[in-house]
Amino acid sequence: MTPDLSVSIGPISLGRPAMLASGILGISMEVFNRIYRNGAGAVVSKSLSKEPWEGYANPTIVGIKGGYLNAVGLSNPGAPYFAEMIKPNKDVPIIVSLVGSIEDEFEFMVKQFENCNVTAYELNLSCPHVEKVGLEVGDDPKLVTKIVSRVKSVAKAPVIGKVGLGTTNYLDTVKAAIDGGADAITAINTIRAMGIDVETQRPILSHKIGGLSGPAIKPVAVRCVYEIASKYDIPVIGCGGISSWEDALEFIFAGASAVQVGSAVGDRWIDVFSEINDGIANYMKKKGYSKMSEMVGLAKRF
Amino acid sequence: MQSVSKTPSIRIIEKVIDETPTVRTFVISDANLADVLPGQFAMVWIPGVNELPMSVMVIPEKGKAAFTVRKRGVSSTALYDLKAGDQIGVRGPYGNAFDIKDGKIALVGGGTGLVPLLRLAKFAKPTNDVTILMGSKSKDEVFFEDAANQILQNNKHQVIACTEDGSYGEKGFVTDVLAKLAQTTKFDAIYTCGPEIMMHKVVQLANSKGIFVQASLERMMKCGIGICGSCCMDEVMVCHDGTVFDGEFLANSKEFGHTHRAKSGILENY
Repeated sequence: MTPDLSVSIGPISLGRPAMLASGILGISMEVFNRIYRNGAGAVVSKSLSKEPWEGYANPTIVGIKGGYLNAVGLSNPGAPYFAEMIKPNKDVPIIVSLVGSIEDEFEFMVKQFENCNVTAYELNLSCPHVEKVGLEVGDDPKLVTKIVSRVKSVAKAPVIGKVGLGTTNYLDTVKAAIDGGADAITAINTIRAMGIDVETQRPILSHKIGGLSGPAIKPVAVRCVYEIASKYDIPVIGCGGISSWEDALEFIFAGASAVQVGSAVGDRWIDVFSEINDGIANYMKKKGYSKMSEMVGLAKRF
Repeated sequence: MQSVSKTPSIRIIEKVIDETPTVRTFVISDANLADVLPGQFAMVWIPGVNELPMSVMVIPEKGKAAFTVRKRGVSSTALYDLKAGDQIGVRGPYGNAFDIKDGKIALVGGGTGLVPLLRLAKFAKPTNDVTILMGSKSKDEVFFEDAANQILQNNKHQVIACTEDGSYGEKGFVTDVLAKLAQTTKFDAIYTCGPEIMMHKVVQLANSKGIFVQASLERMMKCGIGICGSCCMDEVMVCHDGTVFDGEFLANSKEFGHTHRAKSGILENY
């Protein structure tokens, strides 16, 4: 029997467990189609703001030992432009990532998508390198609750809060999102980091400080998913350094209902999605599981 | 096996060559970049300014690579103004390469778009009969004529400079000169790099005559390695799936020759 790779993340149902993470490749409908056809369970858009943002000057993304450093600066075409672009979408599960400073901005953006086929909204409460948004919002639990509850009041699709490691205990941010009515949590975002070129003695990224992604952050992300899933009764999407089916399963066993893959696209290209699907299916056959949900949180029993 | 670096490595500019009043070539030592395939590019870091995708120019001496830049915007001018002894960072090489066919081939380039075409010329098979068409506005903007002749010294070849004002070589757009030439010469393949409107015309001409054609494209690039999506065109990432695309794909593209994305990702017309 072929194992069933479909997953449920609270009210969100996807045919396959690995999604494209926000910030990676996510600005055109044609690319979304291609990634979905290549095995992703859903695609998460780049984080969209109310107005278009150009982002920072290059270097914005560089490889380092263990992963990547980036400070792209949330460049994006703006929610209204993006909503118009995905209007023809019928069958690709698109999760719209939104970034902003106050609840009014989020309400404005969600309203742009009224006539679009949106699987869920993911609120970026954790980008570590742009002022007044992302992690700075996530570090303010009261604001998180206000934003999540406003989005819940206007959105027809489920709402996910994406958390990261800021100055506030991220578990308090998770709690704030739950209090606002979030349907699920994505954990984690990149971790605030920097790299310096020894020859020139300069920070490599033009923004100096950015976010670390890739294999280096995976154990941290697994720990966070485990802690969230142990402490709260809310579905979790695991994200951080996943580049193989074994990595994906680690997150599932830690308590994630599904996973997101980002940086690995830079190493494995978009074949990474089918590699993860095939690897998980083989594992399930070998171990005798028929459904993904049977494996969620198995590490918590020890 | 080619080694690919994703982290910038600092190189010293060893020599600056003035090609025209607005174009310069910067020579560095980099054994890895010296041998990149035609069509591949490097990300070139001008510390404190920007990082730009650039094709790697052929330098005859072993282990040397170079970048040729026309001063235009803030970043290209900052690179243009660098001197021998200054530092730049390089990472790469990235992207795919031209597929060099047998027989009679035409290389059609404009401006610094000639850089990957001269590398293609360097990789040409001994049996290739190579015609290089170089487009520019006027005589003082013609460059790489000597370099092209030198690279192709062991091949049957011709180098045709085309100027829009007729002040040197053939008068007219490089695409018009190509069209005229293609009436009498049967090319087995055409390769092009330069302004996109020019490439679009070259591809249309080749497709209409059933000639194999490839173009090396440029888009807004940030990562260079297929992560950020800035350079997407239709469903491809120009940095990862390209920069070289063939005529069949380009003929079906909604964006090639028409639109490109701004830094925010919004489509803009050419």
